[in-house]
Amino acid sequence: MASQISSPAEERSESSGKRFAPRGKGRHRILQAGIPYLFLLPFMLVFLVFLILPLFYALGISLFETRLATGTAFAGLQNYAHALGDSNFWDGVRRMVIFGIFQVPIMLGLALVFALVLDGGTVWLRNLFRLGFYLPYAVPSVVAALIWGYLYGPSFGPFTQLAHTFSLPAPNFLSDSLMLPSIANIVTWEFTGYNMIIMYAALQSIPSELNDAAAVDGARGWQIALHVKIPMIRSAILLTIIFSIIGTLQLFNEPQIMQAIAPQVIGDHYTPNLYAYTLAFTNQQYNYSAAISFVLGAVVVVFSYTFMLLANRGELRR
Amino acid sequence: MSTFAGSKGARGSLQRRKALNTALLLIFLLYSFLPLFYLIVSSTKSNANLFSSFGLWFASSFDLLSNLHKVFTFNGGIYLRWLLNTAYYSVISAVGATFLATMAGYVFAKFHFRGRTLLFALILGAIMIPQTALAIPLYLLLSKIGLVNTPFAVILPSLVFPFGVYLMRVYAEQSVPDELLEAARIDGAGEFRIFFRVVLRILAPGFVTVLLFSFVFTWNNYFLPLIVLNDPRLYTITVGLAAWNSQASAAGGGSQALFPLVITGGLVGIIPIIAAFLFLQRYWQGGLTFGSLK
Repeated sequence: MASQISSPAEERSESSGKRFAPRGKGRHRILQAGIPYLFLLPFMLVFLVFLILPLFYALGISLFETRLATGTAFAGLQNYAHALGDSNFWDGVRRMVIFGIFQVPIMLGLALVFALVLDGGTVWLRNLFRLGFYLPYAVPSVVAALIWGYLYGPSFGPFTQLAHTFSLPAPNFLSDSLMLPSIANIVTWEFTGYNMIIMYAALQSIPSELNDAAAVDGARGWQIALHVKIPMIRSAILLTIIFSIIGTLQLFNEPQIMQAIAPQVIGDHYTPNLYAYTLAFTNQQYNYSAAISFVLGAVVVVFSYTFMLLANRGELRR
Repeated sequence: MSTFAGSKGARGSLQRRKALNTALLLIFLLYSFLPLFYLIVSSTKSNANLFSSFGLWFASSFDLLSNLHKVFTFNGGIYLRWLLNTAYYSVISAVGATFLATMAGYVFAKFHFRGRTLLFALILGAIMIPQTALAIPLYLLLSKIGLVNTPFAVILPSLVFPFGVYLMRVYAEQSVPDELLEAARIDGAGEFRIFFRVVLRILAPGFVTVLLFSFVFTWNNYFLPLIVLNDPRLYTITVGLAAWNSQASAAGGGSQALFPLVITGGLVGIIPIIAAFLFLQRYWQGGLTFGSLK
């Protein structure tokens, strides 16, 4: 964004406190004080109605249970107690944790290396790479999953065809053991470029004097990257990690599409979100599904928060 | 990658490093393009050729036009409806969401008021909420007021774009000079007049960035329309293609003729988005600098 800012705009005000000092007095002053709220009103209105309200509504219904015989009755924390002991749910969480442990470092590691190479300038075809890597992000995850699903496919997938041509055993990408890596590959394909662009944009905003100074001090390309650039874009990297943790635990679209292609491999609780969806829209267990969603939300918060704590502690130690 | 820097061999070593890096990145570029290439190749094949010819190269006959014809005429031309629905929902949502986000972001950047920190933290925290936690109660609430199975069920929730507020705040902080606002106030201009006449013009590049992101977000969204729309005539492309795919995959027999429809329909459905990204390159590439800010 920095590149688009025209020169008079460069003066950034540092403190946020003294920006708006209402002038005048009395009535005028009161009117002025209300202005920020008027500007915020339209957004806050949809925010409250379509985000906060459903959240509280979900919280509310998660405390009830519906039985055919008795109808809807207050159940207290019973749904939550049930969720905490629900192996279907934790099965999905465990699967997503395993998924994330492998997929996130690979994706973000690649993104970081590509961003550093593009930023360092020791590469040809820079614009082509930047654009080409980002392109998959423009493809809807549904279409991405469909294309990869067909590529993996045992009936007309090119990998199977190649294996047959050379009389090799065809790898079954949609089998029980390979499904998770197959989905990880789809997610990596979709989001590596997106994360690369976030890191690249952060790298581009490092003042060039800093890199020059390091170079004068005798630091070489990869030393500068390790000791100057990566620490400078720490907040951007942390952001991509947090987004990846959230995205992994909430995975839905890709496994849901793969379910249609390989229903015997992807069950109804393959991921926690798929489980919540099935509970609500196949089983009509809205109350329990809402509780599951909240427990999942808590899991997301715990993972993100733990990660932030670890990252900050690592920072302090240095 | 060598860190050696001999004064004489430096130039040659730089060239070698460039070649090595380029080769490395070319491999990943190939990987990035492979599925899209497969999509393009497959969209030119008849159903029979899809199964009988090699997947990563063209078949002997070129059936793209016949596939396109099938996509747009199958089931009474419902695909065109999906395309128009998607465009309709996305344009309205994007314009609305961007306007709301711009006003809010500007206020967070340039005004000091009670509750500012708290409200902003609340909006940012919303990014962490699992989509199911919202979509299910949203569905129940919308069905209570009779909005399920209407375009509003997709459009209204898509107006909430917290990420856009964040982007606009960062952008407004960087680009709108306080002196300009002060000068306009001294001239006696009202705050709304200042916003619409002066600020909006300065924020235009940021506005386009958020517009692009929210447009793509709605266009590519799957979960929300999947839940709140049951009528196939209201589907978006993502929901429609997923439904066709389920049909094609479910029965081994006659439904397989649907595979070319899913493939060609998928290709047509991503063209507008890819075009938007190509034409608005400088906006999304610049728009993601926010990561560098605290």
